[in-house]
Amino acid sequence: MRIELTVNGERHEADVWAGESLLFALRERLGLPGSKNACEQGECGSCSVLLDGTLVCACLVLAAQADGHEVVTVEGLAPEDGPHPVQEAFVQAGAVQCGFCTPGLVVAAADLLARTPDPTDDELREALSGNLCRCTGYAKIFDAVRLAAGAS
Amino acid sequence: MSAPARKLERGRVGEAVRRADGIPKTTGEFAYASDLQAAGMLWGHTVRSPHAHARVGEIDISEAVTMPGVHAVLTHADVPGTKLYGLEYADQPVLAFDRVRYYGEPVALVAAEHPEQARRAAEKVRVEYEPLEPVVDMERALEQDELHPDRPTHEPDHYRDDPRANVVRSILIRHGDPDTEGDVVVTGEYELGIQDQAFLGPESGLAVPDGDGGVDIYVATQWLHVDRAQVAPCLDLPPEQVRIHLAGVGGAFGGREDLSMQIHGALLALHTNRPVKIVYTREESFVGHVHRHPARIRMEHRANRDGKLVCVHARVLLDGGAYASSSTAVVTNASSFACGPYAVANALVDATVVYTNNPPCGAMRGFGAVQVCFAHEAQMDKLAAALELDPVELRLRNALAPGDVMPNGQKVTGSLPVADVIRRCAELTVPEPEPLPRDSLRLPGGSGNVTRGEGVKRGVGFALGFKNLCYSHGFDDYCAARVRLFAGADGALAAEVHCAAAEVGQGVVGVITQVARTELELDDVTLAPGTTSTVDSAGSASASRMTWMVSGAVAEACRAARGELGARGGTLAPGEEIDVEKVYRHPQTWPLDPETGQVTGERAHVAFICSAMRAVVEVDTDLGLTRAVWIGTAQDVGRAVNPQAVLGQIEGGTAQGLGLALMEEIQTRDGLITNASFTDYLIPTTLDMPPVDAVLVEEPEPDAPYGAKGVGEPPTVVATAAVAAALRDATGRDLTRVPVRPDDLIGL
Repeated sequence: MRIELTVNGERHEADVWAGESLLFALRERLGLPGSKNACEQGECGSCSVLLDGTLVCACLVLAAQADGHEVVTVEGLAPEDGPHPVQEAFVQAGAVQCGFCTPGLVVAAADLLARTPDPTDDELREALSGNLCRCTGYAKIFDAVRLAAGAS
Repeated sequence: MSAPARKLERGRVGEAVRRADGIPKTTGEFAYASDLQAAGMLWGHTVRSPHAHARVGEIDISEAVTMPGVHAVLTHADVPGTKLYGLEYADQPVLAFDRVRYYGEPVALVAAEHPEQARRAAEKVRVEYEPLEPVVDMERALEQDELHPDRPTHEPDHYRDDPRANVVRSILIRHGDPDTEGDVVVTGEYELGIQDQAFLGPESGLAVPDGDGGVDIYVATQWLHVDRAQVAPCLDLPPEQVRIHLAGVGGAFGGREDLSMQIHGALLALHTNRPVKIVYTREESFVGHVHRHPARIRMEHRANRDGKLVCVHARVLLDGGAYASSSTAVVTNASSFACGPYAVANALVDATVVYTNNPPCGAMRGFGAVQVCFAHEAQMDKLAAALELDPVELRLRNALAPGDVMPNGQKVTGSLPVADVIRRCAELTVPEPEPLPRDSLRLPGGSGNVTRGEGVKRGVGFALGFKNLCYSHGFDDYCAARVRLFAGADGALAAEVHCAAAEVGQGVVGVITQVARTELELDDVTLAPGTTSTVDSAGSASASRMTWMVSGAVAEACRAARGELGARGGTLAPGEEIDVEKVYRHPQTWPLDPETGQVTGERAHVAFICSAMRAVVEVDTDLGLTRAVWIGTAQDVGRAVNPQAVLGQIEGGTAQGLGLALMEEIQTRDGLITNASFTDYLIPTTLDMPPVDAVLVEEPEPDAPYGAKGVGEPPTVVATAAVAAALRDATGRDLTRVPVRPDDLIGL
């Protein structure tokens, strides 16, 4: 089936199989592999995107459900003049190791700061609890979000 | 909690350098193995055994090959070369023939236009199985029917001859007089479940036929050249026709040492003459790589009234699962470190790893040291209680130091500041208990179904552990690096470094460029992509060896390039270049005598690294739920090449050790994995991890380039033991098995 959707401000059309997830369509049909395929079961948050402004796991949304809707992926987060403050802070704080969880965490953290510009430690931990990271033990991810909160 | 980073100056050794791959990884630009695409690409899928043990009869692919979109269905009959492969011992079929020995073992392959078409065709591959009784208990395996006609113990002159059934390898170490008695004796039996590496990037790769009979494989791996050494014979190709390139790696932790899709993807690509991509699902990933060995350990510690250990007996049994993988080395490590970083004059260590029909086990961060650390640290706490001594004081009195002889006969040389890490860790300020009432997010169980904290008890534990650096026991380990020094159009010098070291997230690309900048005194240094095509082997990204080995190799190549530059008068004309490749070897090691377990030369291990950790936990004794409150640790690091990256390794390694203590276990029933998902196999989240207060103990290792030690493993070795000790302190229970379960903690 053919779907039409807006991704990172651009109109896209794609022919998808009815069972395909939005994640598969983004990665394999629209050339946007930034959202990651870590579990494809909605458990790890690595495929986090904004669907009409709401943070979702792209693996749990059918591509067909995104027909006519607006999606922002990690590739569309940065302004034209450089990385998003959360992206810059992740690198500065040493929050990136293998990086497979990073796009999802960056999208989730940017969403958190857009809603709660100065989160408490508990709010921060709660907000990111749906994003698994296996490398960092999270300490530097917390540092990065605090750094980004201070910068913006 | 992190120490303040040193000021970033020029990206040289000792500075907190930003990751060059940092921004691309945050923007989605960085290409992981599963992100790759090629024109005309097909999707590969693996047909896997639903049985843990079965005879394999006819494999009927006739319906599968006619399914829509299908280009190939392959079985063992289509493997042109060697049918078996393996990291240290070739016992694993590329595709099953005659027998399957574990749940999820690859039996056939499908390539199709769409991954769903490949999956559906895979369901139509008819395999005739005759189920056999699975061997699932590591103790009983020693008396059951042999699972393998040949096994490493049959290799002449290499391994100890062990007539018991299903023994992959056994080590018996006799040190001093194992009959020596002490004033006080404590014994214990310990058990560890199967832990999974649970890296987030599933096994993936893209195989591209070169049109000339050869193949290029882009894959997430830990050691490109050893992959090629295993892949090429199975494809019946000379090594130069198999080129393996490092694609972005989404974590490894030992789980990518063994092959996953490499041979399978190449077979499909060569058969269809199309690029083929294979991406495992999460469920497949849980069955598709080796795990940490589960263990049963019995220990007896004998000490005198003054608190000095006089004799240790340790019996370690590891379940290696269906194939050998790196079991032969894991069991040797377990035997080496069974007595912990303590000086003990007499010991008897009996360590065995067996074949079963359980999931295959191999390398995972800590590699044999994690299991024995959990046991020896529980024993040291028991001993402290029996002697009415402070547990930290007991450890100090027995701390291993340079000059001491280990049970395997190796005299410790170089840097091993055991007493220092104990003291530095013990000095850290433990946070005061947080009063009740408090936000439920900060109670055991978090914001779920919790009490108001009435039954919460707090405990504090301490643990000490150590491990080897680099490969051991006579393995001829080396690392190659190549440096191209050239002048740009403006005459300014620049360098390009080639090194096949696998960047798995640990930051080795940073180490390589830091060393090159330091040695060349140049800022313009770039690192070429990792591949088997342009440079010799770098060895494996494992055994805490990569920092040491690449530092040695890159430094030697850079010094040779500088020497040549000097000979040419110190400058290069535009277009002129210097291109040198150097191989670095660490100090030689020797194997153990198969009968006595004693080292046959100066050293069995290259060097050591140690760590001490204090953990504070709270246990809701009504609900059996836990909360890790705080962790403090002091770790021997030799010298921190990049302090920020070192702290990142310590925090992340601690999380994996905590996971094994509290939640992580691959569950099996008759050899079948029952929790192959992140819904059922839990790893620590942001709500599970406490702050980690880490102190770096810098005592440069004399044999290591820049004195730097690898740092990734010690936090994982020690964290499981530290968290378990804290749980014992909170509950008064023995807690001899990890992961500790809620029903182990209730009804006090």
